[in-house]
Amino acid sequence: MGTNDMTSDITRLSASDLASALASKSVSSVEATQAHLDRIAAVDGDVHAFLHVSSEEALATAADVDAKRAAGEELHPLAGVPIAVKDVVVTKGLPTTAGSKILAGWIPPYDATLVERIKAAGLPILGKTNMDEFAMGSSTEHSAFGNTKNPWDLDRIPGGSGGGSAAAVAGFEAPLAIGTDTGGSIRQPGAVTGTVGVKPTYGGVSRYGLIAMASSLDQAGPVTRTVLDAALLHELIGGHDPHDSTSINEPVPGVVAAARQGATGDLRGLRVGVVKELSGEGYQTGVSARFDESLDQLRALGAEIVEVSCPSFTYALDAYYLIMPAEASSNLAKFDGMRFGLRVEPEEGPVTAERVMSATRGAGFGDEVKRRVILGTYALSAGYYDAYYGSAQKVRTLIQRDFAAAFEQADVLVSPTAPTTAFKFGEKLDDPLAMYLNDIATIPANLAGVPGMSLPNGLSDDGLPVGFQILAPAKADDRLYRVGAALEAALESRWGGPLLNRAPELKTTELAR
Amino acid sequence: MTAATTTGLVAYEDAVRRYDPVLGIEVHVELGTLTKMFCAAEVAYGGEPNTQVTPVSLGLPGALPVVNGKAVEYAIRIGLALNCSIAESCRFARKNYFYPDVPKNFQTSQYDEPIAYDGWIDVELEDGEVFRVEIERAHMEEDAGKNTHVGGSTGRIQGAEYSLVDYNRAGIPLVEIVTRPIEGAGERAPEVARAYVQTLRDIFRTLDVSEARMERGNVRADVNLSLRPTPESPLGTRTETKNVNSFRSIERAVRYEVSRQAGVLDAGLPVIQETRHFHEEDGTTSSGRVKSDAEDYRYFPEPDLVPVAPSREWVEEIRATLPEMPVARRRRLQTEWGYADAEMRDVVNAGAIDLIEATVSAGTSAAGARKWWMGELARRANQDDVMLADLSVTPAQIAQLQGLVESGRLNDKLARQVLDGVLAGEGDPEAVVVARGLEIVSDDGPLLAAIDDALAAQPDIVEKVRGGNQGPVGAIIGAVMKATKGQADAKRVRELVLDRIGQ
Repeated sequence: MGTNDMTSDITRLSASDLASALASKSVSSVEATQAHLDRIAAVDGDVHAFLHVSSEEALATAADVDAKRAAGEELHPLAGVPIAVKDVVVTKGLPTTAGSKILAGWIPPYDATLVERIKAAGLPILGKTNMDEFAMGSSTEHSAFGNTKNPWDLDRIPGGSGGGSAAAVAGFEAPLAIGTDTGGSIRQPGAVTGTVGVKPTYGGVSRYGLIAMASSLDQAGPVTRTVLDAALLHELIGGHDPHDSTSINEPVPGVVAAARQGATGDLRGLRVGVVKELSGEGYQTGVSARFDESLDQLRALGAEIVEVSCPSFTYALDAYYLIMPAEASSNLAKFDGMRFGLRVEPEEGPVTAERVMSATRGAGFGDEVKRRVILGTYALSAGYYDAYYGSAQKVRTLIQRDFAAAFEQADVLVSPTAPTTAFKFGEKLDDPLAMYLNDIATIPANLAGVPGMSLPNGLSDDGLPVGFQILAPAKADDRLYRVGAALEAALESRWGGPLLNRAPELKTTELAR
Repeated sequence: MTAATTTGLVAYEDAVRRYDPVLGIEVHVELGTLTKMFCAAEVAYGGEPNTQVTPVSLGLPGALPVVNGKAVEYAIRIGLALNCSIAESCRFARKNYFYPDVPKNFQTSQYDEPIAYDGWIDVELEDGEVFRVEIERAHMEEDAGKNTHVGGSTGRIQGAEYSLVDYNRAGIPLVEIVTRPIEGAGERAPEVARAYVQTLRDIFRTLDVSEARMERGNVRADVNLSLRPTPESPLGTRTETKNVNSFRSIERAVRYEVSRQAGVLDAGLPVIQETRHFHEEDGTTSSGRVKSDAEDYRYFPEPDLVPVAPSREWVEEIRATLPEMPVARRRRLQTEWGYADAEMRDVVNAGAIDLIEATVSAGTSAAGARKWWMGELARRANQDDVMLADLSVTPAQIAQLQGLVESGRLNDKLARQVLDGVLAGEGDPEAVVVARGLEIVSDDGPLLAAIDDALAAQPDIVEKVRGGNQGPVGAIIGAVMKATKGQADAKRVRELVLDRIGQ
C-alpha cells in the first residue's frame, strides 16, 4: 500500500473505526483530517457537497486534539474524528448561508448548541454542506449555490434538503455529518445515497442555532455510514439545552448501547409493524422488493412482523404543506436586509425600510422559498386560519393518535424511506407536487415528533440504493438503533461488506500539493 | 379622510351633554426584571445603543427564545393585584408584522390565551368618588426596539434622511393590561382615564414589578374613545390614541377626542376607526394609520415555546406575599387614623401618606402627625417648591418634636424654631433644643422678675386690670414673653401676672 492509498484508506473507515485508530495512536487526527480535506479537494469539484471548507480551523482542532492525546488527557470517544455540518446550522466565524443568497457572506457571531458540543468534544469541522435553500426541497436543486451530485450517479439528485451532508458521507469526504430533518431531509438523502440518517425524537437535539424552517418540525440528527456511528454522534449532540424551550429535559436514550446490542443480531420478542399506508402503490418495484426482503431478514432475526394501519397518514402531506409553510413564513420574516445578510435597495423610487425589505427579499429568496412563504402567509391569514392551519393541526393530532395506537401493537414501525431511488436532475423541478411526494413516508414522524432512521437495505433494479425506514415512539430512539444495527449486520454479512463498497469510484482530481 | 380635520371642535361641556363617551385603555408596563423576556440580555435604562443584546434579542438566524420566569411571576403579581383569574396554562403567540424595530418581524406576545383575565380595580377620583374599571386581560409580551429618525425637522419618519435602530429595548418584558369598555364615566371620562392609569402606576410600584416611571416610558397608555348618543345606544366607532405618556396628557387626550369626535358626528360624518397621535404642545391629536381594513397580524401559537402553566401552589404563594394595594391601604389607614374624607384626600394628594404613617408608628398621634405634615411642613415644602418627602426632616424627627410639645417642653412657636434647626441640619430636635437653648422656662423665679419689670413699666395697665378689665393683660404677657425671648410658658405667665396684680 502506497502513501496515497494509505490516506484514502483513512477516509474509508467508519467513524468508530477511525476513533479506535486515533485512540490507539496508529493515526493522528491531523492525518485523518488532512486525508478528508484531500478527498474533498479531489472529488468535491464534481460532487459539490460543500459550500465552504474550513481547512485551517479543522486542522487546528485536529492538532489540538493530537496534543491533548499526547499529553494523556481524557478525550471524548469521537475526539479528532472530522465532521461536516449542514449549512443551516450556525457556526461562529464560519460562513452560514442555509443555501440562500440572502445570507451570502454572513458570518454568525455564535455557535449552535450542537456545534458547541462538537467543538467541546474535539471534532474537527471540515466545512459546511450544501442544501436546498432554507432546507426547502428534496434534491438540493433549490440551493442558491448549485446542486450537489449523488456519488452513485453524478446525474442524479443526492436527496434533500440535506443532500450535501449525505453526499459528503457517501463520497467518503467525511465520516460524520450533521443533518436536519423537517419532513425527511435527513432520511430521504440517506436513502438515495446509501447512508444512515437519523431524525431523533423532537426535542432530543437542541434546535438552538438551527436556522428554523418549521420550528415544530425541525430536528437535527446524525448522517453517517453505519448505525453505530449514528449512535455515537447522536449521543454527542443530544440532550437537554436550556436555550431551547422545546428540548427534552431527560438523558439521551442509550442509543450507543442499543446499537452494540442490536449488532449481535437477536431480535426475538420484537414486534415490527408494517404501516399499510406507507407501501404499495406509488413505490418503485425495486424499492418494494428490497423492503419485503428486509422484512424477511428481520423475521429471520426473530422479530414478529405485524401489519398496522395508520389511516390519517393519508392526510399527512396535506397537513405538512400547511403547517410547514405557515411556520416558515414567520420564521423567514427576519431576513429583511435590516440587520444582517443581503441588503438590496430598490432600483428606483424612494429608499424606505419597507421598500428595502421588499427588494431584499425579492432578490434574496429563490422560487421555492417564495412559494412556501406565500403559501404560509395565506394559510395564516384572517378568515383562512381555521380552515387551513387549524385543520392541519387537527390532522396532526389524528396522526399522533394513529402512532400511539400503532405502537400499542408494535415496538417499531417500518416502511420504505422514499418511494423511489434517486431521480435525475430536473426531473421534478417544475412539478412541486411530484417533488413533495418524495417525503410521503418520512413526514408523519415529523408531524408526531417521533424518531426515525433510514438505513441502506440494498440496490433497486436501477442499481441505485434503497432506504429502509424504522420509526419508534417518542423518546425511544434506542429502539431504532437496536433494530437498525441488527438489520445492518445481517445485510452486510449477506452483501459481504457495506453497500457503499458497490458505489462507483468517483473521479479524483490530481492534487497539487 | 379629511372629514375629521375639516369639522370643528365642540366645546367639551356641550359634547358630553349630548354624547356618552366610552373609554377603553391599554396600558403597557415594562417589568423591572434583570434580564429580557426571552434571553439573558441585561435590562437597564440608558445604555449605549445595541449593547444590551444577544442573538435572541437581535433576532439572529437560529436564535430561540426562553421565557423569563421572573417576568411570569411579575405578570401573575399584576394579575392578582387586578383581581384577575390566572390561567392554568397559557401560550405565547406570534404577532407578525414587518417593522425594523421588531428584530424578528414578529412580536412574541399572547393572543387568545393571556396569563391573567377577568379582573377589576377600583379607581378613586380626586373628590373621593370610586369608579370600578373592569379588566379584560393582562398578557405578557416583549417590547420593540427604538427608532431614531435622523435628518428631518420633526424627528418623525417623514422627511428623515435615515433612521437608526437601538435594540436595547427590544425584548424587555412587558405586561399589557386591557380594560373592558369603560362605560358610565360621562363627563368625568378624562378624570377616570387619568385616575385609572395613576392607580395602575401606584399598583406597579407597590408590587415592586416596575419602576413605573412615566417619563422613561416604563408605563405607556393607549386610549380608545368612542361616543354614542345615549348610554343605551350601541358603541360608536372608536379611535385609539397611542402612547400618551403622562397623566395630564391622558386627561387632555380624552377631552380633545371627545370634542373632536362630537364635531365629526355633529357634521353627520362617521368617526374613522384609526390610530391617532397625541401632541403634547397643543393637546391635540392627529390621524395616524387608518385601521379600516383591520390589520392582519397572522397570529399563531409560538412554536418555539412551550405553554406556561403556573402551578396553583405557586399562584397561591404569590398571592400570599402580595403587599397591600394602595386603595385598600388608604381605606385602612383612614379608619385607623380617624381622618375625615376631605382630610384623607388632602393627605393623599399631598403625597403625605407614607410620611404620616411613619410618624404615627414612631409614636405620634394621627392628629399630631397630620398637624405637622399638612400644616407647617406643607407650608415650607410649598414655599421651597419641593415635595414633602424631599424636606430634610424625617418622620422620626417630627415624632420627637411633637413629643417635646406634648410634654410641655416646647410651645408651638419654639417648636417651629427647633424645626428650623432640624431643617438646617443641626441634628435631631433634642439636640437643637439644647444647642439653641430653646426650652420653655418653667422656673417661676426668673419669670417673676420679668413680670415685675413689665408691671412697673406699664402702671396704667395694672390700674385697668385692677378695675376689672382683663383685656389689656395681654400687653403685659407680651412684654414678659419678649423679655424671655419666647421661652416662657404663656399660660403660666398669665397666671402669675393676674396673681401679682391681684395681690
